[in-house]
Amino acid sequence: MANKTEGSSPKAVQLFLRKGSQGILPGLIAVFVAFLVGAILLLVTGYSPLDVYSAMIQGAFGDIFGIGQTLTQATPIIFTGLSFLFASKCGLFNVGAEGQLIVGGFTTALVGISFHGLPIFVHVPLALLAGAVGGGLWGLIPAVLKARLGAHEVITTMMLSYVASYMTSYMVNYPFKAPGWVAQTIMVESSAQLPSILHPTQLSASAFVALVLVFLTHFVLEKTTIGYEIRAVGLNPTAAESGGISIRKSMVLALVISGAIAGIGGAGEVLGVHRRFIDGFSPGYGWDGIAVALVGRLNPVGVVFAAILFGALRSGGMVMTRVTGVPLDIVIMLQAFVILFIAAPMLIRYLMRKRVA
Amino acid sequence: MELIDVINIGLFAAALRMATPIAFGSLGGIFSERVGIINIGLEGMMLTGAFGGVAISYFTGSPWLGVLGAVLVGALLGLIHALLTVRFIGNQIVSGVSINIFAMGFTAYMSQVFWGSRGASESVLGIGEVSIPLLKDAPVLGEVVGTHTPFVYLMLILTMLSHIILFNTTFGLRLRAVGEYPAAADTAGIDVTRTKYLCVILSGMLAGLGGAFLSLGHLNLFAWGMTGGRGFIAMAAMIFGKWMPFGAFWASLLFGFSDALQMRLQALGLLPPQIILTIPYVLTVAVLAGAVGRAIPPSDYKPYVKE
Repeated sequence: MANKTEGSSPKAVQLFLRKGSQGILPGLIAVFVAFLVGAILLLVTGYSPLDVYSAMIQGAFGDIFGIGQTLTQATPIIFTGLSFLFASKCGLFNVGAEGQLIVGGFTTALVGISFHGLPIFVHVPLALLAGAVGGGLWGLIPAVLKARLGAHEVITTMMLSYVASYMTSYMVNYPFKAPGWVAQTIMVESSAQLPSILHPTQLSASAFVALVLVFLTHFVLEKTTIGYEIRAVGLNPTAAESGGISIRKSMVLALVISGAIAGIGGAGEVLGVHRRFIDGFSPGYGWDGIAVALVGRLNPVGVVFAAILFGALRSGGMVMTRVTGVPLDIVIMLQAFVILFIAAPMLIRYLMRKRVA
Repeated sequence: MELIDVINIGLFAAALRMATPIAFGSLGGIFSERVGIINIGLEGMMLTGAFGGVAISYFTGSPWLGVLGAVLVGALLGLIHALLTVRFIGNQIVSGVSINIFAMGFTAYMSQVFWGSRGASESVLGIGEVSIPLLKDAPVLGEVVGTHTPFVYLMLILTMLSHIILFNTTFGLRLRAVGEYPAAADTAGIDVTRTKYLCVILSGMLAGLGGAFLSLGHLNLFAWGMTGGRGFIAMAAMIFGKWMPFGAFWASLLFGFSDALQMRLQALGLLPPQIILTIPYVLTVAVLAGAVGRAIPPSDYKPYVKE
């Protein structure tokens, strides 16, 4: 069985993850080429790329409101990016941050609505902890299946994301449905809400929590024994095991912590932005997290910058649509192109060589 | 509505219909994974196929050309996936994710460009239903399989054909060798790279057909995100069916049945749809965990680099 576990964490994945952490240039080029391809598409369909892109930049960074909205959109992606990063350090491909974020958001909402009269400095940490537990639990299932039975985490985390989405949808459509037409819970107690920090944008203190986690992720991975063991397993499981490190333990820990990080991200959305759990509140933050982690070359600080880029695409895209009438979907395609070029570092290298030659 | 209105012969006909796109997708998944390429992009390939089919039917007035278009669109995305993962040794998961996200954006964007709405296209000519002469008069069986859109019959034929190709032809033998042991396949003179390209493109074509069924064989229009996760359910069916065409077919039928049942129960207000909708995903996780028979993938999905 132990062999099975090793065998199903393909070397290819590890190789890719390690390559992904080399240099910032490939990420920048990927973004550049993505915008280039997007420009061609805009031209072909009769729009001016210059107008579209300048509206986008103007919308995302042009004024305080734009910047606030950009950071609001970036915040959950920082969490999911860190989540992907953390598991990847152990050689694991956690593509289920979406589900972990959703479950974490839901457990947070439960704590947010169930306790009354708690002081804010107790209720908020408790609710955030609930998010970590919910997300961590959603990471524990694939972790145990992987460590005990060798079930590939890519498929299980992905499938569990759908389970999470339908299950919570059921919860807020039936047992925990607030009065009214919308599938959502009632508001969390005011003692559980994360304060807004930039009126009138939706930016909340969740952004600070994200920054704390950026530091914590770095700290745990680089300065603690657990982090060292997780990285050792990610780099070379066989050598790590000979060195007395338990592969299974490290994998389970990495996936649980990875899930917990995404779960806190969900908590931040619930406590800071929506103030309740709304069915389908995540427009794919989990998937963005994969891209952001890779563009940020699997470095916690890199994740922050990449998340701001993706947040800017979302917030600037909304303004761009209003100003130019170009459908918001161009932004989704830009994200896809970035991920596409990130997927194959060799493609970028190939393109670079072509340009030099 | 009574329970008799839910569980009747019509339910089984509906199950077969709902199983069709899933079965096409899972066949696509099988060809790709059998040569060692994970194709998470099935969902996006189906969606783009559904869109391409409608767009071409709209502009040419021929739904059959639309089906051809859907297949070609699927092939193109398959080629991109193959280029990224075989030629440039890119990560299969990340490439697939990007194809899915691209498909979401591209189809909605072009829908807006063509029809002025990102929600849905105009109605187009679809592929009507056909009846199989003798079969349709048979009792019970006739009601279940006698009258359907041609896609259903095509799916049944392709399932059988895929099984024969995989297990009774030289090409199938080579294909499986490429997935199981590429170095040995290479030594034996099999063109590993070409086989991978071929199969991943084929995978896209089959996914495109699944998409064409949804748009041209079912609704006669394109609607935003109309695949609704069927590409992922197709992957589930592929795993549940242990990477075998018939296995995947039965799994698709099971998922199609739960889909059809879900719609009817929802109309009846008996059981929340969300509970039934989780079935394929929970079952897949259970299968991977070895609860319902062990699932062993046909390849280790490592890129093959010639020494």
